[in-house]
Amino acid sequence: MAFDEMTEGGGGVRAPYEKIAQWLETVPREQLQQRRLEAELFFRRGGITFAVYGDAQGEERIIPYDIVPRVLARAEWEHLARGLEQRVRTLNLYLADVYGAQNAMRAGIVPPDLVWQNPAYRPEMAGIEVPHGVYVHIGGIDVVRVDADDFYVLEDNARTPSGVSYMLEGREISIRLMPELFGQHRVAPIENYANELLSSLRSVAPRNSAADPTVALLTPGQYNSAYYEHSFLADKMGVELVEGRDLLVKDEVVYMRTTEGPKRVDVIYRRVDDEFIDPLTFRPDSGLGVPGLFAAYAAGNVTLANAIGTGAADDKVIYSYIPELIRFYLGEEPILKNVPTWRCREPEALQYVLDHLAELVVKETHGSGGYGMLVGPHASSSEIETFRALLKANPEGYIAQPTLSLSTCPTFVESGIAPRHVDLRPFVLSGSDGVRIVPGGLTRVAMRDGSLVVNSSQGGGLKDTWVIE
Amino acid sequence: MLSRTADSLYWLSRYIERADYLARSIEAAQRLSSLPAAYAGEANEWESAVETAGSGEIFHEKHETATAETVAHFLICSPDNPSSIVKCFESARTNARAVRTALTSEMWDAINGAWLELQGLNPSKLTPRDWPKFLAWVKETSLRVDGSAYRTMLRNDAYWFSRLGVSVERADNTARLLDVKYHILLPENATVGGAIDYSQWAAILRAVSALTSYHWVYRESLKPWLIADLLILNTQMPRSLAACYHSIVANLDEIAGAYNRAGPAQRTARAIHRQLGATKIEQVFQSGLHEFITTFIADNNRVGSAISSQYLV
Amino acid sequence: MRIRIHHETAYTYDRPAQSVIQILRLTPRDHEGQYVRRWRIDLDHGGVLRQREDAFGNIIHVLSASGEFTQFSLSVDGEVETQDTAGIVRGATEHFPPALYLRETALTRPDAAIVDFARSAAGKSKNGPLDRLHKLLVELHDHMSFEIGTTDSGTSAIEAFQSGRGVCQDLSHVFIAAARTLGIPCRYVAGHLFRSDMVTPQEAGHAWAEAHIPDLGWIGFDPANGISPTDSYVRVAIGLDALGAAPVRGAQIGGSDEKLAVTVTVDQTAQQQQQQS
Repeated sequence: MAFDEMTEGGGGVRAPYEKIAQWLETVPREQLQQRRLEAELFFRRGGITFAVYGDAQGEERIIPYDIVPRVLARAEWEHLARGLEQRVRTLNLYLADVYGAQNAMRAGIVPPDLVWQNPAYRPEMAGIEVPHGVYVHIGGIDVVRVDADDFYVLEDNARTPSGVSYMLEGREISIRLMPELFGQHRVAPIENYANELLSSLRSVAPRNSAADPTVALLTPGQYNSAYYEHSFLADKMGVELVEGRDLLVKDEVVYMRTTEGPKRVDVIYRRVDDEFIDPLTFRPDSGLGVPGLFAAYAAGNVTLANAIGTGAADDKVIYSYIPELIRFYLGEEPILKNVPTWRCREPEALQYVLDHLAELVVKETHGSGGYGMLVGPHASSSEIETFRALLKANPEGYIAQPTLSLSTCPTFVESGIAPRHVDLRPFVLSGSDGVRIVPGGLTRVAMRDGSLVVNSSQGGGLKDTWVIE
Repeated sequence: MLSRTADSLYWLSRYIERADYLARSIEAAQRLSSLPAAYAGEANEWESAVETAGSGEIFHEKHETATAETVAHFLICSPDNPSSIVKCFESARTNARAVRTALTSEMWDAINGAWLELQGLNPSKLTPRDWPKFLAWVKETSLRVDGSAYRTMLRNDAYWFSRLGVSVERADNTARLLDVKYHILLPENATVGGAIDYSQWAAILRAVSALTSYHWVYRESLKPWLIADLLILNTQMPRSLAACYHSIVANLDEIAGAYNRAGPAQRTARAIHRQLGATKIEQVFQSGLHEFITTFIADNNRVGSAISSQYLV
Repeated sequence: MRIRIHHETAYTYDRPAQSVIQILRLTPRDHEGQYVRRWRIDLDHGGVLRQREDAFGNIIHVLSASGEFTQFSLSVDGEVETQDTAGIVRGATEHFPPALYLRETALTRPDAAIVDFARSAAGKSKNGPLDRLHKLLVELHDHMSFEIGTTDSGTSAIEAFQSGRGVCQDLSHVFIAAARTLGIPCRYVAGHLFRSDMVTPQEAGHAWAEAHIPDLGWIGFDPANGISPTDSYVRVAIGLDALGAAPVRGAQIGGSDEKLAVTVTVDQTAQQQQQQS
């Protein structure tokens, strides 16, 4: 039986949910339905959509939005936030290590071939000193809860984590559509996220840049599935939203083309993937990047956020080493737990996984978005056999984990209010002046009864997340 | 401001203005061609509509003769025509989408709303009966976009670039109209002055919505040299070349002031403006109306290129 | 042997270019079998060259030029003293452990045919990895024919192997892909080859592969010629594939129709003789 964040699975109501529970008792279903429709309308009108890759219909979709907020008590959040900070500090130290001294490999903590053979490792980054030593300026750490006390990290996202615009827009919806409920709580604000992001980005400007550094957000363009978020964030930060063709590199300095002539850019919040960012260093056929950007970066004349090659820290195998790395770099015990992980590259682990496929979740080492995943307890025997063959053919490509009993939250579905499984993606900002986390994050909810897959590409929905006093 | 942003603002305004002009020229042709031949003359109005749109060559790759059906379809929605009304709206919307945060929500709604409505109107299915309504909608849309820009945009470079787009396009459209119709305005025709000429002259004025204005300005019956004066030199008439240049120079001056720097765009535009101000309509006819217009079109293109290389790339 | 290398790259544009940026890997470094006596890069058009080192230890130059121009050219002139080391490369600048050179790249990804080929070639040897690599070299040299014009710079190992033809780049890519499937770290080398029978000037440099064997270190294999490099070879840059070791990767802004003419001259410098009086 999963831990329910409102009722604890029993008849009672946990303290943080008292007012929500009352509200759910009293508010008529039709009103909830009405508000949900209004929330969807808000998303549709704002063009707040996402595209699903590989979907034949390929249409822009709206993410189902559940208006019942998910609540965390201040103390719960603070514990979580400390753990997130510890986690992201470690990711940054690990990246500095794999592109620098390689201490963790030398000490035998991470097998060297996991570094050298990792497709997300960028050899080009070796020996480059990134400004202020920060690699993961924006981290999205997916966490789940299994009981009143324990949070588990499910996945680290150190490349270009997205979804923060949904977090912010979700809060707008709560304030507009449920003023009476919102007013009964003291909800910690998140609306300063863009401001914090800008401060964080400005803090990591190269040391040789102007006192008032120029930040720009680099987008692949309006046909990218996250374009809405890019323009949203650029707008909220008051920085230019640039495409590759708006930037040029001259003598290892990056400029943007403006109506007043070239203007130097010091910090680029880039939402273009590593491979596409500079055709002179990475994929030569990329039209989204900026020729020479990497040379400017290597020369220390521009900051890229996130740094190039951060994917070397966030795949699902490296994930399994993070607790050890926390101890190694920080000399601290991990605050957040890791889900026990079988690395199928190790023969005994592979054997165990093959013997227990029906109980385990099997994931691609480098997969994301809930694709290429086997949820053993929910899989048919033919799906299990397909994965057995995949695992045998390419054990290095997979890890396995026990099925966690994700916590549930009250959710408005067809049948009324019912518990649904949730996870949480808080956004962790790292600057030269420390770590910033706005209290909350993106709560993703599996809308189908019993489903553990919360990814929006797989029909998951979203909730606002309230951290209350 | 990013050059790409300025470029998009400039072009989205040009496309909306172009759509408006195309709608007017189809209306004028339709009106003229519905008159008995005795009034409309020998000339094929549809041929000249496609010529004034600057699309004669592409049109004739597909069509032997210009008829109401072929030309209207071509100018409204033919996929072969890279500057059909539908294509203009599409391009305007693509540009608007690319710079959405530089637009006011009113402007975005006007452009995006029009584009969405256009999907519902299904222009390729329109019959001649539906044209008037559709063309009226096009003109209304252009008014709505223009009006929302005027009423809601901050008076900064974003606004000035969008105004520049309107005026450069407008000058080009008026000049093209004169280029195709100049022979009707030549003095040797003036002596005839029958019903045919009246209809032809009125059609020119209608294409730029200036028939009523003409009477207000000159308080005279239609005279070809006064029509030319109104469309070329009269600064009260918003579509005249002189008025367009008044606006181009004013907006370029605003930009130069804000950036503390003037360049070739300002110098070229000011020279044209000065020249239009110093010209009398008699001189235009003496030295040749056709030559004057041809030179102007080339000059106006030079200004467009100068704006582009100075600010937009 | 003393080898003089001179090459010129001329670019012309139909519409003037406003700026050009290039990453050049044109400058060799010393190792035990190679000593760079002199080396210089010249630009005929005003521009800036900044010397850097890339992650693989190659000397790179970042070239930036701006202003309206319809052509510019780049010339390289230098002299290198070489010794025959039986293909063994010692004392080179190494930034990565050999294991890095087991990585797959788009150009060096193997398919089942390459895997089979590698296994069958290696299976003909009962001895250690060096012998296996020599078998692979010989088999590949026999299996693929050197042919100009059937492939381009973007041709992958899989495509080249399928067609059975290619230039030194393609043969090296197949060799690299095959060696890596045998678990042997292998990398791409871009450089020059002096051949007394070669018509000069040529249109391109040369390329071969280097594989790593634990007790020996890095050893060169030239599948285009079926031999290990000798003192006729000048090693300029290394990478995981041709792209990573590319002599020039560049982009221009504004210009259209870039046309490129490259000439490479590799000569043996006459040994100086003591003046007899």
